Amino acid sequence: MDKQRVHTNPDHYAWLTDQLSPPSPLGSGLFRAFWVGGLICAIGQAISDIGTRWLDLSAQNASALTCITLILITALLTGVGVFDKIGKYAGAGSFVPITGFANAMVSPALEFRREGLVLGVGAKLFTIAGPVLVYGVGASVVYGIIYALFIH
Amino acid sequence: MYVKAFLVGGAICMIGEWLVLRTKLTPARILVCYILAGVVLSALGLYAPIVEFAGAGATVPLTGFGHSLTQGVKHAVEESGLIGAFTGGLSATAGGIAAAVLFGTLVAFLFKPHAK
Repeated sequence: MDKQRVHTNPDHYAWLTDQLSPPSPLGSGLFRAFWVGGLICAIGQAISDIGTRWLDLSAQNASALTCITLILITALLTGVGVFDKIGKYAGAGSFVPITGFANAMVSPALEFRREGLVLGVGAKLFTIAGPVLVYGVGASVVYGIIYALFIH
Repeated sequence: MYVKAFLVGGAICMIGEWLVLRTKLTPARILVCYILAGVVLSALGLYAPIVEFAGAGATVPLTGFGHSLTQGVKHAVEESGLIGAFTGGLSATAGGIAAAVLFGTLVAFLFKPHAK
């Protein structure tokens, strides 16, 4: 009876696999994401401080410098295959910071290179970055229109 | 400032990891949620105080990217009116996007894919 229900009732099947699969280690996963993510942000802070104190950059340019530097480091680490390992260890700790955005562009571009320069590298750069930009830019333009018409 | 950046940035990432482990959202969806959350929080004026407090701890996570988009749009609207709604966001984030395009393309050319 039970065996038959496994195959006929998807909900029950999902429940059963949840029971049988090992519990995901919530605590250690959160801790890993916390310290790696925190460390990446602290490195970002250091780059930003170098920009404002030594290179005489404005706050906004220092922020751009931070972004660009972290993206460069991520692109190189992705190229040599190290970033995948960091990602496996840290999960959201590595993909929530701007490093994740960079990795999401570099990784598929590298992987699909053999599909050509246009539909391989060119298109795959935006597999994940595309949706992020679509919704981010879209939402900010909507906000800008509301701001221009009703608030400003 | 470094301790604040570490703690706040770490906490923002920890929320992402909690979403991964508990909701079965894919990382791509979480990134979209984060940038939208950044845009909305920034538009409501709630994100700027976090940036003030934590610096890179708030600007380096993807919510900070949303914040940059929104602040760029806001300043551009203040300077040039409605057209700024269309020009401000990408202007403010151009550095990161251009860097990711250039470095991404270069790495794809220079390195070989790794077996997963």
